[in-house]
Amino acid sequence: MHLAYFTERPYRYAPNDRIIEKGFFGTPNSFFDPAKGHELYHEYLDEKLLCEELGFDGVALNEHHDTPFTMGAVMDVEASILARITKKVKIILIGNPLPLGNPLRLAEELAMIDVISGGRLVTGWVRGAGSEQFAHNANPAYNREYFNEAHDFIVRAWTEPGPWRYEGRHFHYRFVDPWPVPMQKPHPQMWIPGLLSPETALWCAEKRYPYIALATFLEPTVELWNIYRDRAAELGYQVGPENFGYMQKVYVAESEEKAREIAKFDMFGGAGSGYSLFAQPAYNFPPGYNSKLATRRIATQFSDPNKKRTSSPFQAAPSQSPTRADVSAAQVDHRSRFWQESKVDVEATRKAIFDQLPDVLNSFGIICGTPKTVIPKLRVVMETLRPGIFILWQNDGPITRRDRENNLKLLAAEVMPAIREIGKELDLKSPYEVKPGSRPLAHSGKPDSVGSLEPWKAWREAHPY
Amino acid sequence: MAETAWHQETVTVDGTDLAVIKGGSGRPLLVLHEEMGHPGWLKWHTELAREHSLLIPLHPGFGITPRADWIWNIRDLAGFYGRFVREQKLAPVDVIGFSLGGWIAAEMAANNQDQFRRMILVGAAGLRPPKGEILDIFQLMAPAELAASVLDPENTPEFDQLYGGVGPAAFELWEDARAETARLAWSPYLHNPSLPHLLGVIDKLPTLLIWGREDAVVPVSAGEAYNKAIAGSRLVVLDHCGHRPEIEQNAAFVREVKGFLS
Repeated sequence: MHLAYFTERPYRYAPNDRIIEKGFFGTPNSFFDPAKGHELYHEYLDEKLLCEELGFDGVALNEHHDTPFTMGAVMDVEASILARITKKVKIILIGNPLPLGNPLRLAEELAMIDVISGGRLVTGWVRGAGSEQFAHNANPAYNREYFNEAHDFIVRAWTEPGPWRYEGRHFHYRFVDPWPVPMQKPHPQMWIPGLLSPETALWCAEKRYPYIALATFLEPTVELWNIYRDRAAELGYQVGPENFGYMQKVYVAESEEKAREIAKFDMFGGAGSGYSLFAQPAYNFPPGYNSKLATRRIATQFSDPNKKRTSSPFQAAPSQSPTRADVSAAQVDHRSRFWQESKVDVEATRKAIFDQLPDVLNSFGIICGTPKTVIPKLRVVMETLRPGIFILWQNDGPITRRDRENNLKLLAAEVMPAIREIGKELDLKSPYEVKPGSRPLAHSGKPDSVGSLEPWKAWREAHPY
Repeated sequence: MAETAWHQETVTVDGTDLAVIKGGSGRPLLVLHEEMGHPGWLKWHTELAREHSLLIPLHPGFGITPRADWIWNIRDLAGFYGRFVREQKLAPVDVIGFSLGGWIAAEMAANNQDQFRRMILVGAAGLRPPKGEILDIFQLMAPAELAASVLDPENTPEFDQLYGGVGPAAFELWEDARAETARLAWSPYLHNPSLPHLLGVIDKLPTLLIWGREDAVVPVSAGEAYNKAIAGSRLVVLDHCGHRPEIEQNAAFVREVKGFLS
């Protein structure tokens, strides 16, 4: 199993009231203090060194634009520094938003990072959140087309010796001959993060790329694993843990109370309804960005005349994690609770978000506690999803440096060894141990599932909420 | 008022099955709808249909007519409709275009003014307003965009009837329309920087420009820019009126249009 660390790297000094009122995206950059930014960038880079020292296999980075939610506006800059200052860890990018820019430039940047790091790059691709399309003026209606074409182009630029000419649908290059090319052959591994869009899972199955679910509800995640599984079977291979990754939010402290006290700030770092603070609906759902299925759900949420508006911008949060046939539903629900036409009562909203913490803990949206209490819960997640890539995610929202470090050290010292043991016991092979897509399909043609809801159900029965 | 009968037909243009709504009788009037789609058959349609046979093509990719993926921009769409006018033997036809539809008409006229007998542009996109900016509809959800398109939604007759009323069905069609509008005009946003120059070729096309003084989608300064760019055009600015003069100032709108086309 590949065990990695991730944090959003928030700009922690952004005014919370303003964020509650208008969302993270579009917080005016006049609130950015470069002196504080200097400290934070260094702190976050130092944390990655600490992760390496503590024994993580990888450190993961992401990027978002025009927002204090994440300071990695151009994560390739951070990755470049890590390529030089770290020695062993994989540098995992989840991911570069392909529709936003110039794929040839991206091919060059990433090849440099791979070469400088000595072949430690894992490069992931994303469509970019809706808001990113505004931030970089990328036509959202061509988002999927840009994504597919840019991906295919980059793979070709890395593997087909130049110079050659490229005339595509959206991209055109008269001279393709990038120096350097990646150190890893034929190219670095590609891990694709997502929020359970079936289209992306199908695409991953076709490309034999691991799919990494970003702290999504367990039920629809298992359903998505099965969508991937079935497509893989159609293509003639059996999925294994190496095809799947999962990111789990986890906080550890010396006492339950202390852990909960820290974890609650993650409600302003994307957990629970707090995720709808990421951006207002118009920015989350730009024109043509969503599938027909997702659009249908949005249509009901935003235009049903029979639906009563609540005084809070947040509609009632689910008290239990949902089970749905439509796996993209979780994504839409997560992103659309913020009702833009209501006047926002800042205090009431803050309270509503914090009050949702017990639901989030109950659904394992966040796992928090002492090492002793979090390990059995992490086991349930691992048994349910059986991911070959397990990324521990923490320290989002306004959490102090001291708490961040304490958390990380406890996690590494007292939780990580147990996770490794469980990984071995469950035979969770990483994509470095088993090549994704290399397992033969049974003669019957009927594929085995990787995940199963049974362990999760058993936990729920034993721990009624 | 008895509603004039209308029906929908399909006409094939370059392999695309173009849906066209037809109603009324008399000299044909080509109606080019706006960026949210065809708003439904309204009072002004009925009034104009008494003297004209209305032809309302539903733009490719806006939810009814399938998308044609070679149409990258409004000039391409203008070429598509130029072919429609030619193949249907409509030229020279009267045309009225609303907002994005006005922009299509303007591009068609710049391509070939002879395909039109008279041209009416209503709150037309297409030119960068010298004063103010075109509202960024993509930073609004569709219901908010709709509300911004009239000065006073509460007191505008027929506002609640637009698109059959706000609901999931309308929302889905709007999202199709908005997606295609993004494909056509995301950047530069709802305008063509070359258009003022291209319009200079027009020298014999009677043109009427109708704008609401309080148009919050395409500021009235864009109407003034059209008036400057098109030789011999006339700009009518209606008071107490936003982006939809046809319902906000229905009587004045119908009077102006009828007078101009007669």
